Amino acid sequence: MTIQCPTPRQETERVLLGHGAGGRLTAELLATLVLPALGARPGPLEDAATLPPLESPVVSTDSFVVSPLFFPGGDIGSLAVHGTVNDLAMRGAEPVALAVSLIIEEGMALAELRSVMESLGKAAADAEVPVVTGDTKVVGRGAADRLFITTTGIGRRLPGLEPSAARARPNDAVLLSGPIGLHGTAVLSTREGLGFDADIASDSCPLHRLVRALAPLGGGVHTLRDPTRGGLAAALNEIAEASGTGAEIDEAALPVPGPVAAACDLLGLDPLHVANEGCLVAYVPEPRADDALRAMRGVPEGASAVRVGRTTAAHPGRVELSTRVGSRRVIDMPLGEQLPRIC
Amino acid sequence: MRYLDEYRDPELARHVLDRLRRTATRPWRVMEVCGGQTHTLVRQGIDALLPAGMRMVHGPGCPVCVTPLETLDRAMAIAARPEVTFASFGDMLRVPGTRTDLLALRAGGADVRVVYSPMDAVRIAEAEPEREVVFLAVGFETTAPANAMAALHARRLGLANFSLLVSHVLVPPAMTALLADPDCEVQAFLAAGHVCAVMGWRQYEPIAARWRVPIVVTGFEPLDLLEGVLMAVEQLEEGRTEVVNQYARAVQRAGNRRAQHLVEQVFRITDRTWRGIGPLPASGLELAPEYAAFDAARRFGVSGLRSAEHRGCIAGAILTGAREPTDCTAYGTRCTPRTPLGAPMVSAEGTCAAYHAAGRTATPTGSPP
Repeated sequence: MTIQCPTPRQETERVLLGHGAGGRLTAELLATLVLPALGARPGPLEDAATLPPLESPVVSTDSFVVSPLFFPGGDIGSLAVHGTVNDLAMRGAEPVALAVSLIIEEGMALAELRSVMESLGKAAADAEVPVVTGDTKVVGRGAADRLFITTTGIGRRLPGLEPSAARARPNDAVLLSGPIGLHGTAVLSTREGLGFDADIASDSCPLHRLVRALAPLGGGVHTLRDPTRGGLAAALNEIAEASGTGAEIDEAALPVPGPVAAACDLLGLDPLHVANEGCLVAYVPEPRADDALRAMRGVPEGASAVRVGRTTAAHPGRVELSTRVGSRRVIDMPLGEQLPRIC
Repeated sequence: MRYLDEYRDPELARHVLDRLRRTATRPWRVMEVCGGQTHTLVRQGIDALLPAGMRMVHGPGCPVCVTPLETLDRAMAIAARPEVTFASFGDMLRVPGTRTDLLALRAGGADVRVVYSPMDAVRIAEAEPEREVVFLAVGFETTAPANAMAALHARRLGLANFSLLVSHVLVPPAMTALLADPDCEVQAFLAAGHVCAVMGWRQYEPIAARWRVPIVVTGFEPLDLLEGVLMAVEQLEEGRTEVVNQYARAVQRAGNRRAQHLVEQVFRITDRTWRGIGPLPASGLELAPEYAAFDAARRFGVSGLRSAEHRGCIAGAILTGAREPTDCTAYGTRCTPRTPLGAPMVSAEGTCAAYHAAGRTATPTGSPP
C-alpha cells in the first residue's frame, strides 16, 4: 500500500464567510478551486444534475468529520468518496454518481481545502464515479471543526447481487477481505498528544471492484458489510441481529497486523472494535466459500482475503469467538465513544 | 511479534493447561489482584478451562473502581468551574459519581479532556497559561511515578496553573485487608506484574509469610496468567508459601529504584478510603507537603459534597471477590456499561465490565458453552 498523506501547500489565503454567501466569492472559490479539483467540465452550473435511467438504483449518504483531516493512508476527501462508494457496494451496487456537500469553518487555509478537494477528485476518478452536484457552505469560527463533508452516492445494482444483512443463513462461511484495525489506529496515531509513532496506514479504498469480482456468485453472496465504525464486532453483531443467525469466529484466523495489535495493546483498545475503511465481511454458503475467496483474492483489495468463521443455528443472534487458548466468549457490540471522529 | 505472539500461543497454552490439570488435586481459590489480568482471563475464557472445582477470584486491582466516590464528586465539582481544564485518563470519564459523570459534564460545556499521560496535562498547562489545568491522578503504584514526574516538571517549569487531584492507592495494604477478613477464601495470589515492575516484590514477602499464602508476580498475556496459576497451584500442592516471579522479563525483586525515588519525592503514604471496600490504613498516596501548592483539593475548596453510593450496587463484594458480577440482580439489566450503577461496570479493568463484554449472563442457559 502506498501512503498518501498530501502535505498542504504554502498558501496564506483563508476561507472567508463570504466564500459561502452565494455571491462573487463563492463563484470564485468554485471556479478556481472546487471544480478544477473535481475535474468538472466547463459549462453552466445548474441547481441539480440529471441522471440516466437506472434499472436497479441504490442510494446512500454519509457525513465525514474525521479529525485530523489528513492521516497516513488518506484524508477526509478520499475518505468521503470511499465511504459512500463502499456503502453502495455493500448492497451489491457500483457507483454511478456522487453529490458532495462541504461545510467549511471560516479561516480554514485555502491550501488545505485545495489538498482535500484534489484528493477527493482523484479518489472519485480512481473509483470511476463523477461528482455531478454539490454544495458549499461556510460557517463562523468555532461552528465547525475546519471541514465536514457529506457525500451522497447513486449506484446501480450489479445483476444477480442482492446482499443484505438479513440474508445471512446458518452454515454460511464468514469471509474477511483484508486485515482489520488499520484505519482507526492510523487516525489515532496522528492525534496530538497521543505520541506513538506507528508504521500504520489507513486501509481506506473503494470496494466496488471487489464486489464486482463476487458478482458471479450472484444470490450466493448472502451478506456484505464494511466494518467501519464499531469495527468488525459491530458489523458481525448487526448481521447476527438482522438475520437472527449466530456466528462463530476463530480468533487465530483474524488478520490483525502486528503494529495494530501493538497499538491496541498500548491504548487499551480491542482490534475488533477499531474502524476499517477498506475491507468487507462476506457471508456465502459454505460450498461457495472457496469460489468467493478465489474471486476476492483476484483483485488487489482482496488479495489477503481469509475465512474467519462460520454461521450457526446453535445460538441465534449471538456472535461468539473461539479464543486462542481454546476457550470461548461472546463478541459484544462495542459501546461507542472509544475513538471519537475517526471517519 | 516478539514479546506478544509467544505469550498467546495456543499450543503452549494447552501444554500449560495439561500440566495444571495434572498438578491440581483440590479446588484451589486463586485471586488475580489486577483488573487487567481479570480482563485477559475473561476475554480469553481462561477461567473456564481451569481444572474442575478450581476458581479464580477477581481482585480489587481496578484503579478506576476503587477511587473513592468523594474524590469523583470533588473532581466533578472542580471540572465544572469555568476557569478549569480538567484532564483525565479516558477510563474515568464514564465513572458515575453521586449525581453525574465527567462525560455528561463535558457534554454540558465543561472543559474535560482525555489524556494518555499526565505529562500531556502539563503541556496543556504550559500552552494555555490562562487555564487552570487539573489532572486527576489516580491509580496504583503503576501510575504513581508518571504522576510524580508531572508534579516535578510542573514545579521545575514554575507552572502556577497546574495542579493534581490525587487519590493513589497501594496494593499490599489491600491484600492484607482481604486476608484479615475471616470470610476470605483466597488461598494464593497472582500479584500484578506492572505494579511489581515499579515496586519489586519485597513488600509481598512478609504477607506471604504472615498469612501463609503463595504469591506469584504475574504478567498479563494469556500464557503469563496460565503459568502464574500453575506456579501458585504447585506451591499450594507442595505446601509452600513463597513469593515467586513469573513475570521475569519485566520484574526484579527490588523493582525500579528510580521510579520509587520519584514517588518518594513527591508523595507520602496516607490512609485512604477505597470505594466499595472502606477505609484502609496507610493504603494510599497524597502529595508531600513540599508539593502542597500543586494540590487541586487545596486550590479549589469544594464544600457541601454529599457522596452516596447507588443502593443497587454490590461493588464492594465484587472488588473483594466475595461475589461474582452474575450474582448481582442489577447486572446486565439495570446496570450495563451504558448505564453503569457502579465503577466495576465502567472501567476497562472492572470485573463487571469484563463479564459484560464477554457476554456472560446469570442464567446458565444463556452463557456461552
